[in-house]
Parts: sequence; structure tokens; C-alpha cells
Amino acid sequence: MSQARLSPGVVPGRLTPDALAANFTDVAPPLDRHEAQVAADRCYFCHDAPCITACPTGIDIPLFIRQIGTGTPDAAAMTILGANIFGGMCARVCPTENLCEGACVREAAEGRPVEIGALQRYATDHLMAKGAHPFTRAAPTGHRVAVVGAGPAGLACAHRLAMKGIDVTVFEARPKPGGLNEYGIASYKAVDGFAQAEVEWLLKIGGIELRHGHRLGAEITLEELRADYDAVFLGMGLSGVNALGAPGEERMHVLDAVDFIRDLRQASDLTALPVGRDVVVIGGGMTAVDAAVQARLLGAENVTILYRRGQERMAASRHEQEHATASGVRIICNAVPVALHGNGTVAQIECAYTDDSSGALVVTDQRFRLPADQVFRAIGQRLDGTPDELRLTGGKIDVDAVGRSSIPGVWAGGDCALGGDDLTVTAVAEGRDAAEDIVEYLGART
Amino acid sequence: MADLRSNFIGIKSPNPFWLASAPPTDKEYNVRRAYEAGWGGVVWKTLGSEGPPVVNVNGPRYGVIHGADRRVLGINNIELITDRPLEVNLREIKSVKRDYPDRALIISLMVPCDEESWKAILHRIEDTGADGVELNFGCPHGMAERGMGSAVGQVPEYIEMVTRWVKKHSRMPCIVKLTPNITDVRKPAEAAKRGGADAVSLINTINSITSVDLDLFAPQPTIDGKGSHGGYCGPAVKPIALNMVAEIARSAETRGIPISGIGGVTTWRDAAEFMALGAGNVQVCTAAMTYGFKIVQEMISGLADYLDSHQMQLDDLIGRAVPNVTDWQHLNLNYITKAVIDQDLCISCGRCYAACEDTSHQAIAMNPGRVFEVIEEECVACNLCLDVCPVENCITMRELEIGEIDKRTGEPRREYANWTSHPNNPMAAQAAE
Repeated sequence: MSQARLSPGVVPGRLTPDALAANFTDVAPPLDRHEAQVAADRCYFCHDAPCITACPTGIDIPLFIRQIGTGTPDAAAMTILGANIFGGMCARVCPTENLCEGACVREAAEGRPVEIGALQRYATDHLMAKGAHPFTRAAPTGHRVAVVGAGPAGLACAHRLAMKGIDVTVFEARPKPGGLNEYGIASYKAVDGFAQAEVEWLLKIGGIELRHGHRLGAEITLEELRADYDAVFLGMGLSGVNALGAPGEERMHVLDAVDFIRDLRQASDLTALPVGRDVVVIGGGMTAVDAAVQARLLGAENVTILYRRGQERMAASRHEQEHATASGVRIICNAVPVALHGNGTVAQIECAYTDDSSGALVVTDQRFRLPADQVFRAIGQRLDGTPDELRLTGGKIDVDAVGRSSIPGVWAGGDCALGGDDLTVTAVAEGRDAAEDIVEYLGART
Repeated sequence: MADLRSNFIGIKSPNPFWLASAPPTDKEYNVRRAYEAGWGGVVWKTLGSEGPPVVNVNGPRYGVIHGADRRVLGINNIELITDRPLEVNLREIKSVKRDYPDRALIISLMVPCDEESWKAILHRIEDTGADGVELNFGCPHGMAERGMGSAVGQVPEYIEMVTRWVKKHSRMPCIVKLTPNITDVRKPAEAAKRGGADAVSLINTINSITSVDLDLFAPQPTIDGKGSHGGYCGPAVKPIALNMVAEIARSAETRGIPISGIGGVTTWRDAAEFMALGAGNVQVCTAAMTYGFKIVQEMISGLADYLDSHQMQLDDLIGRAVPNVTDWQHLNLNYITKAVIDQDLCISCGRCYAACEDTSHQAIAMNPGRVFEVIEEECVACNLCLDVCPVENCITMRELEIGEIDKRTGEPRREYANWTSHPNNPMAAQAAE
């Protein structure tokens, strides 16, 4: 055991390079050809299949699985990508147990659904390995559309617009495209730089110009975009992180989980990435799980997720929760942080049990303390920096079913917009659908 | 445990499971292993005439049809009869039989279609100790081009003639192996019977091209870019074999001739089905070639278990289903059933709906919440929904009581009546006059 493993405080190199490499390999290795054939054969090719209904992008799942089964994975990939251009990433990060696989009739029949996610990955990997982009652009319409945010929503919108012959400019604040695919997903879910490779492959359609270092409200304004472009799609996600509102939150090593996840994804050398010995993550969603599991994989000795309500209300799927506990993460439910103690640096977190049996969350007098040399906030993000004229509802851009905002000519989708479950796949669906509506809108206008 | 000892045309074996004449029975090494594994008998791979043996291709001899997870459903082969010298085979047969006197050992034969050739080979095998001969009139590839195998089996007169020669020149029990590559299997069976055969065995393999290589544009198995039709066998051919066995078992002309059932026997259940349709024993090849000789242990325990649970002896099983094989015209047209979907078992896949709605009688309703229900007014009881349902016993067929109204016709179910007396049958009308 290395010396660093038990070092107190937030230090790098708790594990050997080999152990780290092993911990951060592909969490779900791809199916080989035979495995894919066997998995595909389990699909019943249901009539009006429940899995399609459960997929936010409505991929014709039985069809693509049949295409895999008959030895045409590239045709399967086209079925997937025609509905969801981020089919490759969604195959890796979708909470399939809550979506397609949760709806699979074999889940109902025997508690073991068809491995839809793995099959989707098999097909999309097969096609993308060829490098060529399979979609072509329609004749140019002469229209120009601005997209804010190069995440799943923005790029899905941009791709669909480009297909329809529209020229798109994508404005992205960060140095790399991909949004949460690049910055916000646990490393072991999308290894080998898949997020960047997917974006590069997507952009091969042509007609999409990417401009980095452009933040809405700073380098660009909605007003300018509206003046310069025929339509605007907002897909910049959420940039603010909700605070705990507990005394001591300003102490050192109390951090945002999204930043930790981002740093992990961007780190070129995991042995240089510091992590605490006693880590506490506050929250109950996928971000909390991703941060907690990865803290364990980096070598944290004790990792605890603190969630304010009962476990059944956690936003992280059952599968994610089990992944966390199997990774050695302890989940404490019905507890909230009330204070963070320490001398400049956080050392302990003081918590109180809650009671939500009546529906309302009541913080009880029962308290306990956990050692904590690193604390991650993962209690949700919020929309920052939107123009005042844009109507918000519940802190998000108010949109209708096809993504139209309160301002004519401005659409929004993804995490920054109302609706959806803040999943990659819903962002893709919203971006795609907004693009279709923009096409209709522009067609009607000319 | 049930007594599985078998006596087939006087040939005794400890169980009714024989290995068919095929690659598994080509030599002493294999046959000894088969006997050790528990096989009741072996039909030694077909011997040809004295002289230079046949040669086989040096490329693939087999093509395959796979089901899920590469499960072997059917194999096609272009292998010929034994390509080993006659003397070697005879020596080995003698040696094996001497060491396994309780097991059946039949020699399969195929020589040119002249009396001298048959007389000669019968003479050569006389002192091997073998229990009988099987005349290979079935092999559909290669040898048929030389006027042997199925080329003989397709001409009833030749079958009769050769069988007569064999009975004339040998005292051994004689089994005639039939080819399915004919239009009416009863004709060759009748010919065998006329020729004096003690039994028939069927089916031999079916003319087939397993698949086509879509890059080479050549049939598979492919030999240097070309392919020739082969003989198809394995689980996929079982339904064809069962029908042919039943036809011989129930035909007035051939009824009673002992039958050795062959064609896709893979489990004890398959064997029991062949026997229920009149086979006195069964011969197995593809299952052994797929899984090895050990499968016979499952066949033995399974058949014994079945007989015990039904309190039957082996002989009680043989032919027990034959009286229930009839012509379509005798089926009860007043037998009415309706599909019933067990909603507790239903997993809402909707396959029954797709099948019925798109291809059949629009007799299943898809109700809100993916609840599938039978519309009895439309249901003709075709059974397709049950067949495509992935859940066993989720869809069943309910028989209407006599007098119960069939909602489709509005008529009550009546007593037995068949096509021969149906008013729509012009022949029936004539008969009534």
C-alpha cells in the first residue's frame, strides 16, 4: 500500500498509476460481434415497442436490433443516428434502466431486459470506426442560424439544421465542444476521448462553424445574435451551482462536484489529481454519484453521499446507486449538512437527520458528524446570465413543446430550458426538434 | 426405471438409440467410444465395393444453419461413403463386435446396382459378426451421380430388385434406408417391402444448398469457388422425417413394416415422438456430431423417465400416435376453440397483435395500456398468436362446449362432422344422392 493512500487531507497519488488506470477503464466494455448477435437475438421485435416510446429521441430500437442481428450494424447505426445524432454517447451515458431497458418487455418477463444500450454502442461504434460521416446536407437555403452552446442540445440542433441546408454558427464559452459530454460525465463512461471524437465526427457534415470563448452576456449578446442571424437556439446549459447554505461552506476543499468531474475528465495525469481521504458528497443525482464513485476510484478511503430525502427519491437511478455502493460509497439518506467545521480547511461536516414522512422536509434535532477533508456540492445547478427579456419559469427558459421561447425567433433546449430530465438524450431530442421547427419557421418566412 | 431394451427385427440392443451411418461411425475408434458412452447400436458408415476406396473433397464437407447463439439447427454434407479400405473396415467391425456383443452393429452398404456387386459385398461381410445390413438408397450427393444411393432410392423398381438380391444372398436382417428426395415416400417403402426388406429406415438427408456466399456468389459449403448440393439433416428436418415415418406407419400397403426413425433426433423427446409415430427405434447423427456421444445419456434417462411417468413399456409407445394421424378430410370441422390470453402472464410485447392484425384475422384488440385481448367474434382459432407468443402458456386455446355459441358464426358448436359430409363438399353431395 502506498504511503499516500492513507495521507490525511487532499493529496494526489493515493493510488499507483496502474491502479488508477485500471479504475478508470471502460465501465461497460463493448460487446464483440458474437455477443452482439446473442444480445440482439433476445429482442422480441415488439409491436409498437415500449422501448421506442420510452426513448426521448424515439429511436426505432427493435429495427436497429434486428439490423444488428442480420449482420448489418451500419444500417442499425443509421437507424439510431437518424433519430439521435449523439447515439454513441447516449449508448454510454443514458440511464437505460429508467428508459428503454426499463420498458423492455423482457424486463417485465424475467427481470433481464435486452441490452439495448450495449447494442446501440455496438452499432454506432461500428459505423463511427469507419470515420466517414454518413449524413449529407440538403441544398443551401441561404439561412443562417446561431446556436449558443456546443453541448448535446446545441450540436444536435446544429447538425439537424446543417442537414437541412442551413448554415450554423455555434458559440461556445469553453475551450472544447461537447458540453457535459466533455466536461460533466464520469470518465469511465466515455473513455479514450470519445466525446471529442464524436463531436469531430458530427461536425464532418459541414456547414457548422464553431466559435470558442463566446459566452452569452459577455462576448456575445442575444440582441446581436438576433440581429445577425435568422434564428437563435439557446443550449448553453446551466453554469451556476446551488449553494448548500450551511455555515462554513467557504472553507477550503468545499467544492462543486461538477468542477471535480470536469477536472477529472480534463486531467492528463490522474496521479497528479488530488482527492481527500474522507470525502462527502451532498446530493442525490447522477452528478453526486459520478463525483462520489470517482473520488473512490482516485483512492479516497471513505466516501459518503448525503441525501436529504429517502433513497427512493434520489434522482440517480437504482443502477447508479448500486454502482456507487458497489464501488464502496456509503449512501446516507434523510440527512442534510448543517455546518462545515475546520480550521480554514474543512475537517468535519455536521449533519442533521430529516423527516419527510409528512411530505414536507423537516430537519430534526438528531445530529451527527462525519470526518470530511473534501466536500462536494451536487445539489443542482442553475441558469446564469440570461437576458432579462427572456421569460423564465422555475429558473429555466420557458419554452413550448417545440422549443420556442418567449422571444420570436429564439428557441431553447437542453438543461437551460424548461422540461426534460436534464439528460443527454432529452437535450438531443430538444435540439433536434427545435431545429425541425426552425426549418419550418424559416421556410414559412421566406 | 423403465426397461429400454430394444428388439428391432430380432436385433437386440440395450436401448433404442443407434448412431446412424455417418461420420461418427466411420471407424473403430469412434464406435468404441460411442458404445462406451452408452449407445445401444451403431450403423457402420457405408461400405462400398472392394477396390480403391472413394475419395472425399479436401475442402469443407459441411454447411450449417445456425439459430440463436450459433445453435446448430441443420447441417448439410457432401461427404461420400467411407473412404477407407474395405479390409480395414471389416477388420475393425469384427474387432468391435467381438468386444461389444450386447450392442447392435449394422453395416451400411452401397455398391453398384448389379447382382454380382451385391453378392460380393454380402459375402465379404458375412463373418464380421454384424447383426444386419442397411442398404444405403438415400445418399443424395456424389454417389447418386454414379448411379448409387438416392439414384436407386428414387426408383422403386430398383429398390425392390436390390432388396431381393440382398435377401437372396444373405441371411442377415435387411434394413432399407429411404431417401426423402421423392414425392411419395410410401412408394419406395412398398418396393422395399415387396423386395423382402425386414425394415425400412428413414429419412436419409435432403437435397440442399445450405447458404450462398454473397461475396463469392457460390453455394456453401464452397470448394474452390464452386458448390454442389449436399444432404441436409439435423433438427430442422425432423418435421419432414416425422411425416414420412407416419405415412409409412399408417399406409395400408406398408403398415406393420418395422421402421427405424431418423431425422433430427436431438433429445429423448424427439426419439419418443418418432417412436409414437411408429418407429421401433431411432438413429441419431447430427446431435452427436454437434455435442458428442454423451448426449445419449440424456436420451436414455429422458425416455425412461417419460415411460415411467406414463406407466408405459417401450412397446406401448411404439406406434401409439399412429391411429391419430389421419387425412384432413376426417378432421372434426365442428371442433371449435378460441384463443385466450392470460393477462397475468402477458408481457405486452404485442407480437400476437402484429401477427393477427397484419397477417391473419384481426382478432386481437390492442387496448389502452398495451392490454391485448382476443376478439372472439373474429377468432378462427388459427393458433398463430400462440405460436408467436414468447411466453409459454400465456396464450392457450379454449375448446367450446357442445352447444356453446361460436361468437364468430353465431352458431352453436355441434357434434363431430367432417368434410366428407359437409354441405359445401360437392363430393359429399354426390355421395348423399
